[in-house]
Amino acid sequence: MGLTMSLWTKHYVLERNSIYLVIGILVVIAIGGLVEIAPLFYLKSTIEKVGGVRPYTPLELVGRNIYVREGCYNCHSQMIRPLRDEVERYGHYSLAAESMYDRPFQWGSKRTGPDLARVGGKYSDDWHRDHLASPKSVVPGSIMPAYPWLAATEIDSNHVADDLRVQSALGVPYTAEMVAAANADLRTQATPDAPDADALVKRYPRAQVRDFDGNPQRITEADALIAYLQMLGTQVDFKLYDSKANIR
Amino acid sequence: MAQSAVIPKSMTFGELGATLAFAVLALLSIAVAAKAYTPEYAFHAYLFAAASAAAVFKIIDRYLDRPAELPPPTVDGKPNYNFGPIKFATVAAMFWGIAGFTVGLWAALELAFPVLNFDLPWISFGRIRPLHTSAVIFAFGGNVLLATSFYVVQRTSRARLVGDLAPWFVVLGYNFFIVVAGTGYLLGITQSKEYAEPEWYADLWLTVVWVVYLLVYLGTIMRRTEPHIYVANWFFLAFIVTIAVLHLGNNAAIPVSLFSPKSYIVWSGVQDAMVQWWYGHNAVGFFLTAGFLGIMYYFIPKRADRPVYSYRLSIIHFWALIFLYIWAGPHHLHYTALPDWTQTLGMTFSVMLWMPSWGGMINGLMTLSGAWDKLRTDPVLRMMVVSVAFYGMSTFEGPLMSVKAVNALSHYTDWTIGHVHSGALGWVAFISFGAVYCLVPWLWNRERLYSLKLVEWHFWIATIGIVLYITSMWVSGILQGLMWRAYTNLGFLEYSFIETVEAMHPFYLIRALGGALFLTGALLMVWNLWRTVNPGTVGVPTARAAMTPAE
Repeated sequence: MGLTMSLWTKHYVLERNSIYLVIGILVVIAIGGLVEIAPLFYLKSTIEKVGGVRPYTPLELVGRNIYVREGCYNCHSQMIRPLRDEVERYGHYSLAAESMYDRPFQWGSKRTGPDLARVGGKYSDDWHRDHLASPKSVVPGSIMPAYPWLAATEIDSNHVADDLRVQSALGVPYTAEMVAAANADLRTQATPDAPDADALVKRYPRAQVRDFDGNPQRITEADALIAYLQMLGTQVDFKLYDSKANIR
Repeated sequence: MAQSAVIPKSMTFGELGATLAFAVLALLSIAVAAKAYTPEYAFHAYLFAAASAAAVFKIIDRYLDRPAELPPPTVDGKPNYNFGPIKFATVAAMFWGIAGFTVGLWAALELAFPVLNFDLPWISFGRIRPLHTSAVIFAFGGNVLLATSFYVVQRTSRARLVGDLAPWFVVLGYNFFIVVAGTGYLLGITQSKEYAEPEWYADLWLTVVWVVYLLVYLGTIMRRTEPHIYVANWFFLAFIVTIAVLHLGNNAAIPVSLFSPKSYIVWSGVQDAMVQWWYGHNAVGFFLTAGFLGIMYYFIPKRADRPVYSYRLSIIHFWALIFLYIWAGPHHLHYTALPDWTQTLGMTFSVMLWMPSWGGMINGLMTLSGAWDKLRTDPVLRMMVVSVAFYGMSTFEGPLMSVKAVNALSHYTDWTIGHVHSGALGWVAFISFGAVYCLVPWLWNRERLYSLKLVEWHFWIATIGIVLYITSMWVSGILQGLMWRAYTNLGFLEYSFIETVEAMHPFYLIRALGGALFLTGALLMVWNLWRTVNPGTVGVPTARAAMTPAE
């Protein structure tokens, strides 16, 4: 009785001093966040060891930024859960390593449309072009909006080196060479039979070089978005992946 | 005039500083606009320039018009409350509420009838969904919180708001942030972090506004003439302080250039996901819960004319709530690439969170002890009490959905959407409506609302709307979740994805109907408030409808 009485009266201190109250709040709310977030930066098991994951090419990065701009993440997840039906429907469950260069992450929270984590290579470029211009033309029951402006808008690639530079400052392994070549690499990737394609693929292994939107004359937002979609989930070779080595 | 001879009129430090700061911001904005990488960003820079120039003009104009002496904190020994900024935030809340509900209805209709996207970038679903969520949470909810917190802190401290320009800066600056954020989404400026979509420059602006908000709030508490800080203020303070921490953590980003709207977040991949949902779930916990519990702790006792049920329960549930909430974020990432230990912690704390949530509900509901009869006669009180019941329901559903086995079914489906709306429409909007119905007559010195009958209609129309909304989303969510995992007896997946989309159509229609009803109720409210403030000449207010309590 005496103890509890004194505890209640001790609370008066917080009720009578706003600074103590604010400090109390700060301490109490700091604990959970620190315990859950901080270890993710130093526990080595957080991100699996796996080969093949590379930074986005400039064209893919621009495509990714269009994906962000149009709010695709509102309806499409990029995170396959290790559940039987998901693995059968979409492919191998997603690894943390596969999104380690993603700023911001695009795991999503809602599947009004299907998961896109491994959509790369699943459909042809033509399919994507038609689907973006008019989803119902290839999927009659689709409720996705049409994005006709993508194929009609040319990319302004003048500042893409800035994007790479900032990402590299944040720790994405873009080299000075990659930053310097960013603008040229962007154009090379969307140009069939480009002479510099080899250098691009050397910088970005397994980058797909071709015209993506069916119009080789122009490099459009559809080129960039399709280039991004076609690489999603294709970097890790799961025939070689040892899931036992990465039990967390 | 003798007075002005005694006190020479001069600009306060705040007036002078703000004028200079806004002048500099206007010039900087024009320079940025001239070199902006994109026309959309140039538009925002011009918005900043125009708003800053308007601020300079307004501050000087206000200075020239005002008497030499600033309004005193007390008049004849009584606190000289500052209601101007509160009135503004109240009107803004209703304006944004109608806008946000309308955009929500439109988004719902786009899912039922995709032709409504009209092949236009600005209104395509991916852009207006964040417009809807920000408009209802931050524009409507945020203005309600500004209005009620500034009202409650003055009343319960028996002190005038600190600052002369500062409260106005908070209210106007916050609404300017809303305009920048909202127009940004439509133009495709977003960082794609859910409920934190605005880009770096809008985030910086909000940070300045929020710091001033905290200072005004704390300063007013320090000026209080009551020995204790009233419980509602604990919740408002926890809301203000924690949202500041969350906002800074989740928006730590480096802009590509001063001349680009684009930025890249310093966290990446799995860590970014964790930081995002640490933010995202606590936007629910501190913006949509703690702040609105602050409203509950003032407006329900006031309206019911009863003291808070238990002082000790309020202490326990306050500290338990804010401690436990912060841990709950990982339940948004069950079965993802987030490590299992984090998911387990998130689930465990989410289940525990049920207890302090219901502690708050019990404290709110039991405050009605001895006044339950008022529910029959006062639809405003009924709205607030039903909101607390919805709070109890959705804070039971939340822990349930955070259990991994349940989440495996519910995640990625409409069940989540339904859950959010039972909290957002049932709890947040209803307690807000109740508080605004109380506030408007108090602020504008009216004896009563124009019509309690209309409140009654609002209550029932909106309640039916909520029920249609959440039941249709339960059915569609669980149905789609089950269809995704259905197998034929030969062991193949039974449904293609598009078949599960097509099955949603009837429920999307019912949901849109629910949303339309909810919007209709809010429009009745606006009419009712308008007539309360402007009694006008049309007919006689239905004062006769003011009901007499049953004896």
